[in-house]
Amino acid sequence: MSIKQISVFLENKPGTLKKMTGVLAAKKVDMRALSLAETKDFGIARIIVDDVFEAVNILKDADFVAKLTSVLAVKIPDVPGGLDQLLSIFSEAEVNIEYMYAFLGGSDVKSAYMIFRVADTKGAEARLTKKGLRVLTQEDITNI
Amino acid sequence: MEKYFQESIECASRDEIIAIQNEKLVKQVRHVWDNVPYYRKKMEAKGVTPDDIKSIDDLHKLPFLSKKDLREAYPYGLVGVPLKDCVRIQSTSGTTGKRVVAFYNQHDIDLWEDCCARAIVAAGGSNEDVCQISYGYGLFTGGPGLNGGSHKVGCLTVPTSSGNTDRQIMFIQDLQSTIICCTPSYAAFLGERMKEMGYGPDDIPLKAGIFGAEAWSEEMRRDIQNTMGIKAYDIYGLTELSGPGVAFECSAQKGMHINEDHFIAEIIDPETEEVLPEGSQGELVFTAIDKEAFPMIRYRTRDICRLTREKCSCGRTHVRMAKPMGRSDDMLIIRGVNVFPSQIETVLLNHGYAANYQIIVDRKNNSDTLDVQVEMTPEMFTDNVGEIAENQKQLVDGLKSMLGIKAKVTLVAPKSIARSEGKAVRVIDKRKI
Repeated sequence: MSIKQISVFLENKPGTLKKMTGVLAAKKVDMRALSLAETKDFGIARIIVDDVFEAVNILKDADFVAKLTSVLAVKIPDVPGGLDQLLSIFSEAEVNIEYMYAFLGGSDVKSAYMIFRVADTKGAEARLTKKGLRVLTQEDITNI
Repeated sequence: MEKYFQESIECASRDEIIAIQNEKLVKQVRHVWDNVPYYRKKMEAKGVTPDDIKSIDDLHKLPFLSKKDLREAYPYGLVGVPLKDCVRIQSTSGTTGKRVVAFYNQHDIDLWEDCCARAIVAAGGSNEDVCQISYGYGLFTGGPGLNGGSHKVGCLTVPTSSGNTDRQIMFIQDLQSTIICCTPSYAAFLGERMKEMGYGPDDIPLKAGIFGAEAWSEEMRRDIQNTMGIKAYDIYGLTELSGPGVAFECSAQKGMHINEDHFIAEIIDPETEEVLPEGSQGELVFTAIDKEAFPMIRYRTRDICRLTREKCSCGRTHVRMAKPMGRSDDMLIIRGVNVFPSQIETVLLNHGYAANYQIIVDRKNNSDTLDVQVEMTPEMFTDNVGEIAENQKQLVDGLKSMLGIKAKVTLVAPKSIARSEGKAVRVIDKRKI
């Protein structure tokens, strides 16, 4: 099961990111992970949150343009070589990664979580599962 | 079936119209000579007297009036009747300099309201309709003009004036308004707001909109029509000539019929002031042939457009003017190239962006810069940086091929460009020359 990442358009202007974190903070949205993609003209904030639909509504009400994007989340042990081992599975399954980012496991100090954006989410998921990899569900993310 | 407010005039033969114009023009020139010393002096300086004006063929002999004359003669210098016979003034916003104050006697108000009534009927209006006037009331001509026209047609008139968008929408829904009159930028804003509130085109009772007082593009018309499920009609006018209703669109939506029984239109070369042959693009000049209190002769509008006498499918015979590209006041000269905001709007809408934009012109290192700021929309946003950048590049290319000069495009956050309840502020020119 893929999970939903929220992609938010950010104008290239001081204070834009702060405005976004501000509205999320005011409504007590818990961010699991955040990654920023930027060009010289604009940026996109990619966030993983506990309650996706609530967060999207909050952002839209605050006049942000936000979209849901399907991404794959995988839990790995936080040890040297952990990511390398995971990527070898991606490689064997011939899954092409568009971008990725990571976050650590909260109270579970021994784990790290990797977020992957791939071209064909469903197909990639099927091939990875076949290789014995468990991709996380939205529920897993909420419970971290 | 096409309906008319004053069929015998609106569908009169060319000969009948010329006969009306000849008679009214001769009388008007005499009236101005006798009662407006300011214009009489201009005629004397050109060596023209009322005896030289025998028909509309002699119109070109008369001197022009321009905004500069209005400033010089401000406030009473161009008034053609005793003030005790005037019943109203209207005024421009004064954004391009000194305010224009125009005077009306009851006869002038009457003919102005007739013109607006023709526009409402041409947009499908009748006494069955609920007509909401969301133009500003007061000194601005938009509200009072359409209000009077709506009364003449017998519509149930809802004088909301501009602003308070949620109240506008409440009236549209509660009173089931069928016609709305406002600026096109405000119409786009209303449409956007109604969409946000969950009203689709079928949930909006409006069937027609009469939009004017600023330049707007065909693409903007298409967007407004789709969002609200209406037919959007253009209306044209200037305070100097009475207000909205000098020309209006019919069901064909192919240019605006000029009310030729009240106004004679010419197209001139703005540089040489020569009258250009029919179909040429140039500056629009109007002569008000029966307005009494503020009788403008050969008034230079600074609007750039063209006229056509091609037969119109609606049955009206009056000459049509194309949508002006913009007032020459709106025209920007950037690195020596003429740029109209409406051209930029056309490119934006064709590339999928909304008409929420602002044009910022500045001068850096002795060179003009053009920055087009446009709001990101949910439709144009994707998670893919490359795709957004590619769209942005295509927009830059589109602007380059339309304008002939390079523009910078800045994508800005939604709602970050201020919405206008009247005329939209499209251009910020920071150049200090």
